[in-house]
Amino acid sequence: MPIRFDHKPGLVVYLTAGDPSLDATREIAIAAIDAGADVIELGVPFSDPLADGPVIQRAMERAVAKGTSLADVIGVAKQIRAARPNAGLVIFSYLNPILRYGLKKFADDAKAAGADGVLATDMIVEEATEYLAEMDRVGLAPVFLAAPTSPDERLEAIAKHSKGFIYAISRAGVTGTQQSMTGDATSLVERIRRWSKLPVAVGFGISNADHVAQVTEFADAAVVGSAIVELVERSTPESAPGAVARFIKGLRRE
Amino acid sequence: MASTIHPADPTAPRAGRFGAYGGRYVPETLMAALTELEHEYEIARNDPAFQAELTDLLNNYAGRPTPLYYAKRLTESLGGAKIYIKREDLLHTGAHKINNALGQGLLAKRMGKKRIIAETGAGQHGVATATVCALLGLECVVYMGEVDMARQELNVMRMKLLGAEVRGVAAGSRTLKDAISEAMRDWVTNVLTTFYILGSALGAHPYPTMVRDFQRVIGKEIKEQILAKEGRLPNTIVACVGGGSNAIGAFYDFINDKQVRLIGVEAGGRGTGLGEHAARFQGGVPGVLQGTYSYVLQDENGQISLTHSVSAGLDYASVGPEHAELHDTGRAEYTSVDDAGALDAVVKLARTEGILPALESAHAVAEVLRIAPTMPKHEILVVNLSGRGDKDMGILVNELKL
Repeated sequence: MPIRFDHKPGLVVYLTAGDPSLDATREIAIAAIDAGADVIELGVPFSDPLADGPVIQRAMERAVAKGTSLADVIGVAKQIRAARPNAGLVIFSYLNPILRYGLKKFADDAKAAGADGVLATDMIVEEATEYLAEMDRVGLAPVFLAAPTSPDERLEAIAKHSKGFIYAISRAGVTGTQQSMTGDATSLVERIRRWSKLPVAVGFGISNADHVAQVTEFADAAVVGSAIVELVERSTPESAPGAVARFIKGLRRE
Repeated sequence: MASTIHPADPTAPRAGRFGAYGGRYVPETLMAALTELEHEYEIARNDPAFQAELTDLLNNYAGRPTPLYYAKRLTESLGGAKIYIKREDLLHTGAHKINNALGQGLLAKRMGKKRIIAETGAGQHGVATATVCALLGLECVVYMGEVDMARQELNVMRMKLLGAEVRGVAAGSRTLKDAISEAMRDWVTNVLTTFYILGSALGAHPYPTMVRDFQRVIGKEIKEQILAKEGRLPNTIVACVGGGSNAIGAFYDFINDKQVRLIGVEAGGRGTGLGEHAARFQGGVPGVLQGTYSYVLQDENGQISLTHSVSAGLDYASVGPEHAELHDTGRAEYTSVDDAGALDAVVKLARTEGILPALESAHAVAEVLRIAPTMPKHEILVVNLSGRGDKDMGILVNELKL
């Protein structure tokens, strides 16, 4: 499925796959889609998540300890796709698990599982030649991060090579919740729009309905990650899907 | 800010590559800072005033040039090659780390950055950075794994005394790797105000090149000194390899002297199983960790392995990318020495020469003990003694039952 933001405001929901279990991740993702998430980002657990704050670090540590592999995450993606054919599905990973799996095999298997796109946290456009060729070969959308610190020539390159949507980072820092949004995101999204017609999703530090309302005044979607991962952490595997669904509806003030 | 972006052009040169290795694999937020650093470093590197200031500090503050000492008693007791010791252990703060910390500290000052962060394993880079920050009047935060804080407590106290804030890292293996991740998280958060003084020839471009350039003085001096003393190049140079900064510094000016054998010594730890050692070239496979593509100890799912070494400074799952290239091309050889071998070498060097090596450097000394007797007497063997062992007294008391 092409990635689309049909709901207003648009919502991207990040989950660390395998926390608390692969089955729970599948059920939470399905509940999130049914509650109105436009795109699910399935996070591949990694032992050294240097772009993530404490909440996602803890989730990844738990998932790694259970032995959750990239192959497992692709398996969950396939199940989610089978259950919900119309939702956007992006695999979100640090590079090393992908390199170890094999870039070509990853591209083939992620596509076959029904993923729409891939976001590799530590892949920048300059290094992405082979990566982009593989994404292009199988028809997966490469989603790149854009940061408030990215100068215009970088945004131009990011815009040129992104597909699906562009993930605008709201502020310098790691993932995690914050009290209020800064002005950085507004000007970043404005600058991205000069170079791209793709939808722009703003993420990092978005944790409540106010943030979502604020961000989607100027962006197409908000990405909610740590707030949901923390909610999953506080829930039981049985109660997590319902809790996440209620939280997502609350983000849209439904 | 000059930057060239050719992502779709496969023939475009990629920045900071050593063969297939190196590069830049970082969150986008850091790219502007890395590009700025690359640009500013390039200007500073070619600025005679910058180089003069650095040389002045290296000579008059840090104590360069360091001696190349003929170890007569060690040579005689091993009965083989003539052994010279490059005395980086005599430098101010006790290790080669000060060479790089001074270089990057001056660069930070030049760039107007007032806040410095650093990671440290054994604490030598942390102490060197805290020292340079005190000297230059900069704020200093050092990240250090909790395991390392416990085993290198003396260095923690030294950093505090020097005015640095030491932040313990409780994540993962609580060693060097986790300290680097936490320093990178700080940098990504405070990127506009903060300069990250990375301590080894690791990380994203331009760090591996810049750190090597600042450590290159070791090999330059070895070459001048050995030519002055012996009138010829050494047959073999040995250095320990954690991230690999002292080794690349010692090796670099000899890379084109093909007759000189270069040997890097990794930490063999307490066994050959994954998790029991830090010998990346014996069990590691190429991958990306903390910004660079190099050999990485990892499991079949691409999760980074735990490592073990008695020496905190060698206890790291990846290795500088330039070493990965030297390994693949065969220009340098990499071997390993286990914990017991390193401890034996500490005792041997202390008792034959009255020199107490750091546990890291003792790995290189152990390799000398192994190969010197196999070499003819007319051959010359240089070992880079990257640091002194005072910081290790706590470990030595326990391990050697002193």
